[in-house]
Amino acid sequence: MNESINLKPGQINGETGIWEMVIGLEIHAQISSKSKLFSGASASFGAEANSNVSLVDAAMPGMLPVINEFCVEQAVKTGLALNAKINNVSIFDRKNYFYADLPQGYQISQFTKPIVGEGEIIIDLDDGLQTTVGIERLHLEQDAGKSLHDQHPSKSYIDLNRTGVALMEIVSKPDIRSPQEAGAYVKKIRSILRYVGACDGNMEEGSLRADCNVSVRKSGEEFGTRCEIKNLNSVRFIIQAIQSEAERQVEILEEGGKINQETRLFDTSTGETRSMRSKEDAHDYRYFPDPDLLPLEFSDSWVQKIRETLPELPDLLKKRLVTDFGITPYDASILVEEKDYVDFYQKAANGKDGKLTANWMITELFGALKKENISLSNSPISPENLGQLIALISDGTISGKIAKDVFAEMMISKKSPSDIVKEKGLEQVSDDIEILKLIDKVISENEDKVKDYLGGKDKLFGFFVGQVMKLSQGKANPGMVNKLLKNKLK
Amino acid sequence: MSDLLKFDLLSASIALKNKEFSSLELTNAYFEAIEQTSALGAYLEIVKDHSINMAKASDKNFKNGTARPLEGLPIGVKDMFCTKDIKTTASSKILENFCPTYESTVTQNLWDDGAVMLGKLSCDEFAMGSSNETAAKGNVVNPWLKNSKMSPGGSSGGSASAVAARSALAATGTDTGGSIRQPAAFCGITGLKPTYGRCSRWGIVAFSSSLDQAGPLTRTVSDAALMLNSMAGHDKKDSTSANLEMPDLMNYLDRGIRGKKIGIPKEYTQDGISDDIVSFYEKSINWLKDSGAEIVPVSLPHTKYALPVYYIIAPAEASSNLARYDGVRYGKRNEAASLDEMYEITRGNGFGEEVKRRIMIGTYVLSSGYYDAYYLKAQKVRRLIKEDFENVFEEVDYILTPSTPTTSFELGKKQDPLTMYLNDIFTVPASLAGLPGISLPVGLDKSGLPIGIQLIANSFDEPGLISTARVLERSAEFNFIADGAAK
Repeated sequence: MNESINLKPGQINGETGIWEMVIGLEIHAQISSKSKLFSGASASFGAEANSNVSLVDAAMPGMLPVINEFCVEQAVKTGLALNAKINNVSIFDRKNYFYADLPQGYQISQFTKPIVGEGEIIIDLDDGLQTTVGIERLHLEQDAGKSLHDQHPSKSYIDLNRTGVALMEIVSKPDIRSPQEAGAYVKKIRSILRYVGACDGNMEEGSLRADCNVSVRKSGEEFGTRCEIKNLNSVRFIIQAIQSEAERQVEILEEGGKINQETRLFDTSTGETRSMRSKEDAHDYRYFPDPDLLPLEFSDSWVQKIRETLPELPDLLKKRLVTDFGITPYDASILVEEKDYVDFYQKAANGKDGKLTANWMITELFGALKKENISLSNSPISPENLGQLIALISDGTISGKIAKDVFAEMMISKKSPSDIVKEKGLEQVSDDIEILKLIDKVISENEDKVKDYLGGKDKLFGFFVGQVMKLSQGKANPGMVNKLLKNKLK
Repeated sequence: MSDLLKFDLLSASIALKNKEFSSLELTNAYFEAIEQTSALGAYLEIVKDHSINMAKASDKNFKNGTARPLEGLPIGVKDMFCTKDIKTTASSKILENFCPTYESTVTQNLWDDGAVMLGKLSCDEFAMGSSNETAAKGNVVNPWLKNSKMSPGGSSGGSASAVAARSALAATGTDTGGSIRQPAAFCGITGLKPTYGRCSRWGIVAFSSSLDQAGPLTRTVSDAALMLNSMAGHDKKDSTSANLEMPDLMNYLDRGIRGKKIGIPKEYTQDGISDDIVSFYEKSINWLKDSGAEIVPVSLPHTKYALPVYYIIAPAEASSNLARYDGVRYGKRNEAASLDEMYEITRGNGFGEEVKRRIMIGTYVLSSGYYDAYYLKAQKVRRLIKEDFENVFEEVDYILTPSTPTTSFELGKKQDPLTMYLNDIFTVPASLAGLPGISLPVGLDKSGLPIGIQLIANSFDEPGLISTARVLERSAEFNFIADGAAK
């Protein structure tokens, strides 16, 4: 092994040289719709088992699917936000397979003609660089139900609440080259989905899941054989699973083995992937157009109307924040990560020092919220109050140091900073006479040290400043203390 | 003998309005007829208490002057229609105890218009068959030449047998490749398959979704018009249902066909058609000519591919549509150690031979590696067949063909599946094109079995179809009654 090699993320230094990863993601995003894709049943999460099941969902004889228009709109909106081609004619196909939690014996999906075609998004990497990931397609499909195997020693139970819930499957091109990029890609997709309101992006509740296709190759070679890791429900797991899968593949290849194209599962307890089914065992889904549904057709003008409802999307918003508020691109990219963040920021920074606001929000507020495990939407500090705090700092009413104490108080009492400052008398003292009084007191109490200072011990200056500040309980304007002390001690 | 059985749907409706008899009397007469003809095996389920209640309610409406279009008229329902709280089995063992909690749109339309339900009628299992021999509960007998035990045709064999035997005033059927028209032809009655999309498929057990269409089996063309008036209509619950108003068909009974052009496709006169049918086909052509129509020879060049195309598309859709009968949520289940085994035993025991054959064919033609050669090619040819009709309908108004190549055949005379499939050779093309067609009786063959002639119209021209069929009906003067009919 050559120790001096500087590996880039996504590279694996093997016995035979450096390998790179080729990764493509299929993201399943549940559409934020009250009802299911083809039935009127509720799509809400967490209801009692089998309480949100219509006759259509249970595939009773003679029941027919009817498309939910709202879901079509969300797919188009998302497609537009992914800079993708909207297909004015698309087709629903049946994907046929038997399983106990698939009542119809087929899933209604889109196979040959999806509603959204090719597009691309820009993702931000940790090192401040950006890269583009191509979107292959986005299609609409139904979710399946849930099998519960642990409720009875010999029986399985079926919950059909999820059956028929609307999903968008967003398929990337194999453009991703590292687990970190995969993570950034998922975050970006999630952020876009939240901006357009098409999906809540909640990975814990399963609203967003990813299947990862992973292969490895030596730089410049053709793509290797890939394995698909199914159903990953956190960014952390996606990163872990891809890394471990790629390492597994490198090990096999370097031992002269071959990769079997197969579907694998990620075991979160071991951090490794294991085989689920091989290509030979793969289903023949016998896709064919669903004869119960007409092709999905819409006009350009309808798409245009949807386009007009799109909110300002993260990439453009980021540029605007840099220009309008004078913040760094890095801060801007953090703020646009979530729609919540940017909304909060714009309210807080309105008419204030944008840069200072960004610093306080990202460092202090996010830090405090993280420590308390509170989401921004439940923040005890409102955007208006954060803005007020920034204003108090900017106009010199309080010092940055006092501001931290006020901030801590705001986190607890939810009071406005000006109330806290007034109640506790924390206004900064900038009055010459007041400060000179304090200085005189410090000098008279420390005559020895004054002598030493005047005798050449310059370092003692800091001591005097500290004493004056202490005496003022931190409220004295530090700049003025400095200036007045220097004059006094000449 | 009950005089009440002589009334057809339209005349009974008028007599009821004139208070010549009550719906209760009429309904009871039909229950006697059902009993008398029970050996035909047309009914799977009778719902006498329910019928009596409906009849009484109808009589009240007549009394109050609030009678609806089908008020008090007792009819039968093919077992493919889901009927609320009434067993619906599609003639299959796999659904033998299935009782829907909902009512199909078409039957609901009929009850909303005042019709009285007599019961559920047998059919081929999941409407797959042309002889009614695939029904789980056994054969249905054609009331014609009753001692010879002839097939009523299929799949709406129970409906056709009951209407011909006068144990139902009219009946609903479903037609996928000829399942209304062929049994109507075999049983000497009228059967109308509307344009695809005219009647909602919601609540009808699906066989082949792109072909299935509900329609009436009746004694006369006017009765078919009266029934279809109520059955048809746009339904938001069926995405393939046409959002088109259907004109009141009763206004089209006597419009005649003067100046209309009738196409005679050369592909429909081929070897294998019985001589009697050929002769009545020629008679029918002349009758229409004598009534002022112009006869035009036409060509539908892709006709010979219709049957093979049908037997790819229909089984393909069926293989998917029938996947839901898996023993998990409703219907029959055979317990087993594993899920796969449970599927195998449940479906292996629950489905009959013909249904299994079609599921196998359908699964095969959709399989990867075969999809393009079979299913996709069949869809392309289906398009060509449709275009054949579109071209011909630029020249002519209606197309006249025989309904079937032969008249009815004896039950139990085992025919191989391919010979059986040939029964639908004249009805399948219009089904593939989604066009409306009607079969009506025009005469008897030498052995005394009814012969049916088919008229095909352009999409959504049911009004013209009715006008033309009425002309043929009047000329044919088919007044025979099956020897096995209730007396």
